[in-house]
Amino acid sequence: MTSKYSRFDRPEKAQNLFLQGARVLDPRRGIDQVMNLHIVDGVLQKSVAEAPNGADVIDLRGHWITPGWFDLHVHLREPGKEVAETIASGCMAAMNGGFTGIACMPNTDPPLDDAASVKWVKSQAKPFPVEVHVIAAATRGRQGKELVEMSEIVEEGVRAFSDDGGPIKSSAVLLHAVEYSNMLGARIFEHAEDLYLAEGGSMNDGEWSTRLGVTGIPTIAEAIDVARCILVSEYSGGAVHICHVSAKESVELIRAAKKKGLRVTGEVCPHHLLLTDEMCRTFDTNFKMNPPLRSEADRQACWEAFLDGTLDVYCTDHAPHSWEDKTQEFDIAPFGIVGLETAMGLALTQFLSKGMDIKTLLERVVYAPREILSQPVPAIAEGELANLTLIDPTHRWTVTPQEFKSLSRNTPFGGWELTGRARGVVHRGFALIQVF
Amino acid sequence: MSLLSQKHMLGLSDYSAEEIQTILDTSLQMRDILDRPVKKVPTLRGVTVVNLFLENSTRTRTSFELAEKRLSADTLNFSASGSALSKGETMLDTALNIEAMKVDVVIMRHKSPGSPHFLARHLESIIINAGDGRHEHPTQALLDMMTLRDKYGSLKGLRVALVGDILHSRVAMSNIIGLKKMGAEVIICGPATLIPRGIERMGVEITNHLDEAIQRADALNILRIQLERQTAGLFPSLREYHKYFGVTRARLDKASSPLTILHPGPMNRGIEITSDVADSEHSVILQQVTNGVAVRMAVLYLLAGGRAEPSA
Repeated sequence: MTSKYSRFDRPEKAQNLFLQGARVLDPRRGIDQVMNLHIVDGVLQKSVAEAPNGADVIDLRGHWITPGWFDLHVHLREPGKEVAETIASGCMAAMNGGFTGIACMPNTDPPLDDAASVKWVKSQAKPFPVEVHVIAAATRGRQGKELVEMSEIVEEGVRAFSDDGGPIKSSAVLLHAVEYSNMLGARIFEHAEDLYLAEGGSMNDGEWSTRLGVTGIPTIAEAIDVARCILVSEYSGGAVHICHVSAKESVELIRAAKKKGLRVTGEVCPHHLLLTDEMCRTFDTNFKMNPPLRSEADRQACWEAFLDGTLDVYCTDHAPHSWEDKTQEFDIAPFGIVGLETAMGLALTQFLSKGMDIKTLLERVVYAPREILSQPVPAIAEGELANLTLIDPTHRWTVTPQEFKSLSRNTPFGGWELTGRARGVVHRGFALIQVF
Repeated sequence: MSLLSQKHMLGLSDYSAEEIQTILDTSLQMRDILDRPVKKVPTLRGVTVVNLFLENSTRTRTSFELAEKRLSADTLNFSASGSALSKGETMLDTALNIEAMKVDVVIMRHKSPGSPHFLARHLESIIINAGDGRHEHPTQALLDMMTLRDKYGSLKGLRVALVGDILHSRVAMSNIIGLKKMGAEVIICGPATLIPRGIERMGVEITNHLDEAIQRADALNILRIQLERQTAGLFPSLREYHKYFGVTRARLDKASSPLTILHPGPMNRGIEITSDVADSEHSVILQQVTNGVAVRMAVLYLLAGGRAEPSA
């Protein structure tokens, strides 16, 4: 492995790169074969058997190359909480995790609720081989009252609006936001939560919240809002995307809505697929997130929905928090965990061994998220811009939060033994190829 | 060095039946000290105990303080108001500062569940939970069990009903855990809105009818009801609460044999309990208070006794 391409802070130009001997996977184009990829100035060339003269040859035998992975739900904390994450550190974490695209949520301080702030975020991400798509606030200041200037924001390439961090409280505002964004070919991402039912809660309402004396957030706090969104979508004809689904009841509602042909999509996070509320038993705040870890029955329902496509997207809800913010009493510490740098390892280790094939996984993390954001799906074909994720599927490693590129280390997966890790990314004319 | 296999007392969920038995047996010896003309022993001489009470408490703090003094520990009281915490310092920094002053034991009362567990992760001191939100209040459950054992000799097979606001009660939670471990049967009685989800998984019987609880129980542990639960919409009124869940002489008279009455205090006389019940010959409420000091002496001795001066 060369180290020329290993600098996170200043990725190298992919001027003449020869990726040799990897299994190339682009299921949507029916590609699953060992082949060499030659990239000149960021563009895929005709596949050839021998490395052309002058090319940097990267030996990727035993590796996989897929179209670039995309994380549809990321919190970059800039502006406002730069100690927890910046746009730059978030991009480096994404690259380290194997993502070439992320969509960031607007709940910064101030929130991303106008065209200028969207433009600014994108400009900050320019030096990296990671596209940063902004999900703009749905209402001005995320106050839930007046709509943002959606038409102008859509001109900046935005196709999703959300008051994530919280729900759009008023059903009237929600309906108007769905109608207006639908007119523009965009959609609303709802953080589904009934704030009355969730008030004061820090974990799932159930046996473990009772045992631990922690105020509970019932599953129906989420599902009631999911039902509301589905009804609004059906009534208006607009599209709604349900963020970070965690509850069995929500899954059932989304499945029924899809059966009806409604324009409703959903996403699921690794923690809701792998962990349950019992894990809060030591009061470790790295198990505190919103929506909270649920019961085993909920976890199982999410997994089945993830397998059968009821939940379209695998995303992380990457939510960085500083050590001092997380190192507080369980009910005082903020919700959220980081996810960019563990999502791939967890998926390759935990999902592929439990009945999900790589093709389905790529559907959830490469194609579906881009379609929901109305973005073109990258193709591995001659003449296309190279947008690639390089994967070492057999590399065994231990999650070591201190080594994250993210500025925050709040993960419940520290110490997990994983098999499979991102070797690098190629995108926007740049390449990052890690040495490990 | 602890005389139990435990370093801290964070909750009864960490303790075995044998360990609880040891504490209750030791508490009897401690109560003998309280009956002496000179109620002080040198057991914890040289041990420094801080009472870190970040939530209001008079009864529990007084009881702990007395227990510490009876064992000759050096004690320090620290409350939330007037402390650095009110100036925005985190609990962790406050606790680390206190520990840096070389204290051996921290008695902690805090509104956040799990806060003693949090301190135990970051401090070297012995941590004793004096109530963490609605989670646990282990020494209260121990003194309740001691009081019941005084009366019945054993807790095995005893039927104890906890009556009232189970949802918000750390006393209920620690009692359920402790009593179940000691072989007692536990009945939970209260309005549906004050019974937490999934509590049946802890092996308790549940009823919404006080008469039924009275029929089935040997002893009632009556929990305090707070007006703020009414304003939160969890029950309609204190008047209605008293009518359906208040323990009165008339209701108790329907029982085939008299029930022992416990209350962790402070009591709302005329609401969850009437005076003719609280002051009756079957009430052990004041014995609970005495036993509270004995139990806390026992816990302090068993956890911190190894740190005392060798000459003691």
